[in-house]
Amino acid sequence: MSEVILRTEGLCKHFGGLQATHEVSLSFERGVTHGILGPNGAGKTTLINLLSGELAPSSGKIFFKDYDITQATSDKVSRIGIGRSFQKTNIFADFTCFQNCWVGAQSRLSSSMRFIRPARHLREVHRRTDRALQLCGLAERRNIQASSMSYGEQRQLEIGMMLATEPELLLLDEPLAGMGSEESLKITELLKELAKEHTLILIEHDMDAVFAVADRLTVMVNGAELETGDVAQIRNSTAVQEAYLGSSEDAA
Amino acid sequence: MYTLTRPILIFLCLGVAALVLFPLVGSEFYVGLLIRIMILSIFAISLDLLIGYTGLISFGHAAFFGIGGYTLAIFFQDADSINFWIALVLVLSCSALVALLVGWISIRASGVYFIMLTLAFAQMFYYFFFESPDFGGDDGIFLFSKPEILIGSTSLIDLEDEHNFYYFVLAWMVAVYLILSMILKAPFGHVIVAIKANESRVRALGYPVQRYKLVSFVIAGTLAGIAGFLEAAHTGYVTPAYLGWHESGIVMVIVILGGMGTLFGPILGAFVIVLLQDFLPNFTEHWQLLMGGIIIAVVLFLPKGIAGLLYRLSNRLFTSKEYADVSQNSGDTPATVDVREQSL
Repeated sequence: MSEVILRTEGLCKHFGGLQATHEVSLSFERGVTHGILGPNGAGKTTLINLLSGELAPSSGKIFFKDYDITQATSDKVSRIGIGRSFQKTNIFADFTCFQNCWVGAQSRLSSSMRFIRPARHLREVHRRTDRALQLCGLAERRNIQASSMSYGEQRQLEIGMMLATEPELLLLDEPLAGMGSEESLKITELLKELAKEHTLILIEHDMDAVFAVADRLTVMVNGAELETGDVAQIRNSTAVQEAYLGSSEDAA
Repeated sequence: MYTLTRPILIFLCLGVAALVLFPLVGSEFYVGLLIRIMILSIFAISLDLLIGYTGLISFGHAAFFGIGGYTLAIFFQDADSINFWIALVLVLSCSALVALLVGWISIRASGVYFIMLTLAFAQMFYYFFFESPDFGGDDGIFLFSKPEILIGSTSLIDLEDEHNFYYFVLAWMVAVYLILSMILKAPFGHVIVAIKANESRVRALGYPVQRYKLVSFVIAGTLAGIAGFLEAAHTGYVTPAYLGWHESGIVMVIVILGGMGTLFGPILGAFVIVLLQDFLPNFTEHWQLLMGGIIIAVVLFLPKGIAGLLYRLSNRLFTSKEYADVSQNSGDTPATVDVREQSL
C-alpha cells in the first residue's frame, strides 16, 4: 500500500436541516487517481468544497499528510499543495490566458507583498506560467482574452490556473462539465497525463471518462459514502448499480 | 498590471510640461486654482487605487483627507514654525494608523455594507471634530505659517511663495502617480487587480485576500492623508468639512468622471470638475444643474470616463501600428493586449 496523502474522518456538513455530507471517512493515496461518483445532490461538490477549505465542516476532520487542515481556509489549503478546479468556470474573464495563469503562478512566491520591482521580472513565475499553459494546451492562445475563448478552452484554462500553482494533489470538480465529445477527449487525455505525476481526486458525471482515468472509485449517495473500490469492483457492485448506475439510466 | 499606450504617455508628458510652464504665463488666481486641482488629483488617484483597482468602493475616503489636514493643524496650531519633515512623518503615520483601524473593520464587509461602513466611519470623524472645542469645533483650526523644508539649517524651498508651493504640489502629484503605477506593476498590483476581478478565485489560488485588501486600503488612506496635509498647508486652515460625506462624494465623482482604474483619469477628472465649477457660474445661476447634466452625460456615454475617451481617440489616430507593437511585446510580459480600452 502506498502512502495516504489525504484522509477524512467522519466528515459532516449540514446547511440548516439539509445533510449535504454525512460521516464521510475516505483515504486518498499518493499517485492514485480517485474518482468520486454519485447522482445529483449526492454531496460531491460539497465534499470538494470541504476538502479545499471553501467550506468549513460541521464536524469531522481532514488530514493532509500529517497536518490537520480541518479549519484551514482555501488560501492555506492551496499553499500546502492542494489545487482545485471549479465546476462552474471560475476564471478572470478580462485577463488574457497568460495573465490568468500568472496569478496562479505568482501565488507560489513566499509573499506577493512586493511593491517595487515590476512583476514581469520574476523569471520563476514566468517559468511556472509557461509550464501551466503548455500543460493545459493553451500555449498558443496565451495572449487571447479569456472571455473571448470557447467554452472548452475556458475549461482548459480553469485547469491551467490550478496547475500554475504547482499542486501535489488536484481536486477536479467535473472538469468535463458541459463539454462536447471532442473537447471531452482532449481533457481526458490531459487528465491521464496529469495522473502520471500528480494525485488526482476527480468528480465527474461522464462515466466513460471516470472509468478511463480513475484507479479507485467512491460512490456517494445522499451525502454518504456507499462503496469504495477499484474500477472493476464498482462496475460489478449491485448496490452501486441500484443506487446510481440504474437510476441514471432511468433518468436518461 | 498597469500599462499606458504611447500616445497617452506622450499626452501625459505634454500635460506635465504645460503645468510646469503655466505659472510663467498664468495669473495668480489660476495658479491658486491649479494648486487646489492638483491636491484634489492626489486625493482622487488614491481613491482610484481602491475603487478602480482593488474593487473596494469607499464612500468615506474624505476621512483620511481630513485626518491628514487635522494632524498638521493639531500638532502645529500654536507653533511659530512648521518643520516639514516632522509634519510629514506625523501625517503619514496618523493617516496610515487611522486607515489601518477603519480598514481592518470595514473589509470584513463587502458590497453595499462596505460602502456604509466607510461612510459611517467618516461621519464619526466628522462629528468628532465638529463637536470638539479643543480641535476648533465647527470653526476649524487656523495655521499661521507654511511648512519649512529644512536640510540642516538651510531652507530648501520657500513655501510662503505661491509659485514655489505650486511646484511643490506638482512634484507630489507626479510622485504619487509614479508610486502607484510602480505598485500596480509589482506583484502586489497583480494580486489586487485579480481580487477586483474575482475575489474568491484569488483566495482559492492561495492568497490571503483580506490582507491584500487591507494593505491597499492603508496605502490609499495614507496618500489621501498627504493630500489633506497639502490642502491644509495651502489654505492655512482645516474645518470639519474636510471629512464630510460631501467631500467623499465629490472625490468619487471625480474618479468616475475621469475614468476608474486608469490612475491618470482621476487627475483629468479633477481638472474638469474644478474648472467647470469655476467657469459655469459665469453663464448661468443654475450652473449646478448644468454640472449634474454633464456628469450624467459622461457616465452614460463614456463608460470609462474621460480616460476611456482618450484611449478611444488615440486608438483611432494611431490604430494598427500601435496594436502590432503591443502584441509583440506581450509575448513576454503580462501586459494587456487590448489597447483600445485599458481593462487592467
